[in-house]
Amino acid sequence: MKKLSQLEVGKKGVIKEFTDLEMSLKLMEMGCLPGEEIKLERIAPLGDPIAVNVSGYMLSLRKQEASTIILQ
Amino acid sequence: MKDEIKVALVGNPNTGKSTLFNVLTGLNQKIGNFPGVTVDRKTGHCSLPDGRRAEIIDLPGTYSLYPKSRDEAIVFSVLADQVNDQRPDLIVVILDASNLKRNLLLYTQVADLKIPVIIALNMMDLAKKDGITIDIDALSKKLGVMIVPISARRNEGIDKLKQSIVNANKFALQQDSVDTRSIAPELVDAISEELAIDNPYFALQLAHQHETLSYLTPAQSDRIEELEKIHGFHSQKAQASETIARYNYINDLLYDTVKKAESAEEETASNRIDRILTHRVFGFLIFFSILLFMFQAIFAWSSYPMDLIEKLFVWMQGGVHDLLPPGPLTDLLADGVIAGLSGVLVFIPQIAILFAFIAILEDTGYMARVTFMMDKIMRKVGLNGKSVVPLIGGFACAVPSIMSTRTIENWKDRMITIMVTPLISCSARLPVYTLLIALVVPNRNVWWIFNLPGLALTFMYVLSMVSAIVVAWVMKHILKARERGYFIMELPVYRMPRWSNVALTMYDRSKTFVIEAGKVIIAVSIILWVLASYGPGDNFAQIEKKYSESKYGQTMKPSEIEHAKASEKLESSYAGYLGHFIEPVIKPLGYDWKIGIAIITSFAAREVFVGTMATIYSVDGDTEEIQPVKAKLANARNAETGQLTFTLASSFSLMMFYAFAMQCASTVAVVYRETKDWRWPAVQFLYMTVLAYGISFLTYQLLK
Repeated sequence: MKKLSQLEVGKKGVIKEFTDLEMSLKLMEMGCLPGEEIKLERIAPLGDPIAVNVSGYMLSLRKQEASTIILQ
Repeated sequence: MKDEIKVALVGNPNTGKSTLFNVLTGLNQKIGNFPGVTVDRKTGHCSLPDGRRAEIIDLPGTYSLYPKSRDEAIVFSVLADQVNDQRPDLIVVILDASNLKRNLLLYTQVADLKIPVIIALNMMDLAKKDGITIDIDALSKKLGVMIVPISARRNEGIDKLKQSIVNANKFALQQDSVDTRSIAPELVDAISEELAIDNPYFALQLAHQHETLSYLTPAQSDRIEELEKIHGFHSQKAQASETIARYNYINDLLYDTVKKAESAEEETASNRIDRILTHRVFGFLIFFSILLFMFQAIFAWSSYPMDLIEKLFVWMQGGVHDLLPPGPLTDLLADGVIAGLSGVLVFIPQIAILFAFIAILEDTGYMARVTFMMDKIMRKVGLNGKSVVPLIGGFACAVPSIMSTRTIENWKDRMITIMVTPLISCSARLPVYTLLIALVVPNRNVWWIFNLPGLALTFMYVLSMVSAIVVAWVMKHILKARERGYFIMELPVYRMPRWSNVALTMYDRSKTFVIEAGKVIIAVSIILWVLASYGPGDNFAQIEKKYSESKYGQTMKPSEIEHAKASEKLESSYAGYLGHFIEPVIKPLGYDWKIGIAIITSFAAREVFVGTMATIYSVDGDTEEIQPVKAKLANARNAETGQLTFTLASSFSLMMFYAFAMQCASTVAVVYRETKDWRWPAVQFLYMTVLAYGISFLTYQLLK
């Protein structure tokens, strides 16, 4: 089971599911959907949050939030 | 047909909604409140090709109708309010063509409310650059709505959009996107029947949001709650299945209407810029350089226009004395109103430059990167990356900044941000700092590029940031959280600032400053001049009598007698009594009773300080020689000790007082408005005043 927060910079993954219902609502509205490809673009200078490329734009979220996204 | 139609603009953040609003309405704008809620409502008018007028309503940017923050909650409550006449006749949904999938989510929700909709498809150029081709006709046919491609920044397609607004009601309503009733069929039917609603999606939304909608009666809201229990409704699960259903529909929709070039892998320009601007070393260096440059610029660039304005007012003050017959009214105008105004209006250039910088940082998308970089630090002290925007905005003015905290989703983060934002040195403190720094800090260059006053000013600003962070950290441990915090935010693509927008902001803010501050200052100046020019009982008559005795005429020159008389009159005036009354309290801080008067008057607004000092020293000073405020204060001496009033110790002590005390009635009012609880502004006022007193005391005692 690989989480989004474990992805390396520059690597891609495909979203499989979420571990947190409340967080999943917010993430899905922002275009993070099961089946969607997601790429870790960069990590903030202090190690958190991270920036990902998803459904064609750049989204930033904290690692804690990224850890609720399970990749295929 | 009505002669005026109401058109609401709805869209995701960063889609160019506000640019379109500015293009449609020009200078024809007005900011008010939404009825029932105290959230900014920007409206404007534009004339349509058929001669009618359209009232354009700019709604806050949102990703969906399910609100995450106070700002977003407005959108649904305005669109759905069927009782109030605020409900728009037509909605223009603005979609970012380069990011259609996510943008269409909001569109399908709005469309299902069955208010007439048209789509303004913005940023076609960006989409083209990304290799995206959109079959607009096919998409329009599938959705059953008009789609108008526009470029809000380049003012393209606007006439077509206006024509479409005219034609909008001649077409059938848009098609349903998903079958929202099927998400909770029994509940939707029950609510529809109970409240006589004919739109199933509206009924479903009520099930989710009934608690926050002000136009539902408590009885209605309770009844919906009851129905939810009966039918076993789970709000979050229902939202999740709705969102998935909508994205399925959108995927179908885009399958054969939008083509994306496969080779769109190459790095975008935005990405390359981000490599540098959010670099772990350069990122912070650049951020702090920008801040430092900003303060240096405010200090350096503004000195020439400031000199000019200063001279203009000295000339006006002299002119009034020369032209009008001598008497109390002339004195009031020249020494009360004009002297008071000059002390403040001179800061227009600095304020305009400050707001220009902030507008540019926001507009280019850089502010979002600062948020991204600072989140971790901010979180440590109990704030949120999103708190950076109000805090930087706080350099301009705490009032709009506190209103901008509405975008912070988390209650605790938002409250702490509100509590510490007034600590950030706002533009109203700038006059006080500038004046006092000019009095005691020599104008010398150090290390070639920095000048000493500029560094002193930067120090005051850095101090304000540090104090905000420390106080936030303390509050983090005091306040109890009700919900968990999160940080999910779009990083918009870098863009050139819209210079017309920057100019509009500069003009708008300076105008507001002049009018708002001007009103207070004229009022305070007049009151103060009266208080300073009249005294209780026959005080003034006795002073006149005393100086008419011949012994003064022999030992003193007439101008010296005039001056001594004026000083003594001020001291025995009503204002003098007030100043003397609080003198024991402020003496340990290094202030005399004249400064005491200024502190009392400036509790309403800090910028009154300079005006008050100008008025006091004009009343007190030589009428023969009219000088700018700075020169008057530089020569001011303490009547008892004969020493200069503004020494390094007393000036810095005074700056500390102004840095920490919450002397701003508008901020008190806005904190109450935003928190809806008098305890918040009360606590804030108290802690800031105590802090101000303590730090000023220490500063004076250490530097003395």
